[in-house]
Amino acid sequence: MSGIIGKKIGMTNIFQSDEASTKQIACTLLQVGPCVVTQVKTKETDGYDAIQLSYGEKKPKNTSKAMKVHFEKAKTTPKFKVIEFKGFAKGKYQLGDVLTVTDIFSEKDVVNVIGTSKGKGFQGVVKRHGFSGVGATTHGQHDRARHPGSIGASSYPSRVFKGLRMGGRMGGDRIKTKNLKVLRIYPQDNAILVSGSVAGANNSYIIIEKS
Amino acid sequence: MNPLIKKLVESENSSIRAKYPDFKSGDTINVHVTIREGTKDRVQQFKGIVIQRRNRNTNGETFTVRKVSNGVGVERVFPILSPNIALIEMIKQGFVRRARIYYMRGKMGKAARIKDKKVVVS
Repeated sequence: MSGIIGKKIGMTNIFQSDEASTKQIACTLLQVGPCVVTQVKTKETDGYDAIQLSYGEKKPKNTSKAMKVHFEKAKTTPKFKVIEFKGFAKGKYQLGDVLTVTDIFSEKDVVNVIGTSKGKGFQGVVKRHGFSGVGATTHGQHDRARHPGSIGASSYPSRVFKGLRMGGRMGGDRIKTKNLKVLRIYPQDNAILVSGSVAGANNSYIIIEKS
Repeated sequence: MNPLIKKLVESENSSIRAKYPDFKSGDTINVHVTIREGTKDRVQQFKGIVIQRRNRNTNGETFTVRKVSNGVGVERVFPILSPNIALIEMIKQGFVRRARIYYMRGKMGKAARIKDKKVVVS
């Protein structure tokens, strides 16, 4: 799928009207590119077709020698994020090309956005899996309102099944939000406005792909 | 908030904001609201005291107007950028000490009066 790397800037809302009604809709502003093509993979040399895009500035002193040379080949400065994309038209982009918003997206497009959700730490089953807890605080249930309840039978199977939902680390996952509408495009600032929310904190890196 | 959001998205609405008077909590205003009935549009007026303005200068800004109608307190929340607001009239500027005058909810009749703001004439 063709896509581009960017950054979540933050949320706001706009009024949008159609014939029937006017709605106030929540929307997210995303920084989109500009991305540099740092490698072009082809079927002959690598076994598949893809292009590698790079985004975000990185200090040269924090870049390994190998990567420095890699970026030099594309005649660009060291970049922070390096991600490969399949699905671009073959031979359309060459090494060192710069992709901007208008190259990929136009208004009324539908996009998917991949982000890393905010870390929540160790969470119980009520928050993490949406369990309803034990419920009652009477009938002797004085201290287990947010517990998971039973986790299985006794002598058979004599064990707890694998994959049973329990408490644990929550958040920090790769989350893809599908079918967000592109409401506006700001080519000068390399930004797009999409409907709805996107996983992750402000200023976190995201991947925006065409759906 | 990121300045880019202000610059790109929220600056579009400065002309809408400029249409309205700069009212604050404690002021008495009259809000003309367009209401769609079937296919016809009608303008309804809602006159009362502003008891709060939330999220000022953002797209999500709302204000709450309170009035006492037939002895029953009625409060209505308007998004300031709502296209349904036709007009906001300033009736009276009031003097209050806080930004959110929720204490008005517990007051009725004479106790629910607000001092007029003294306007300095230079």
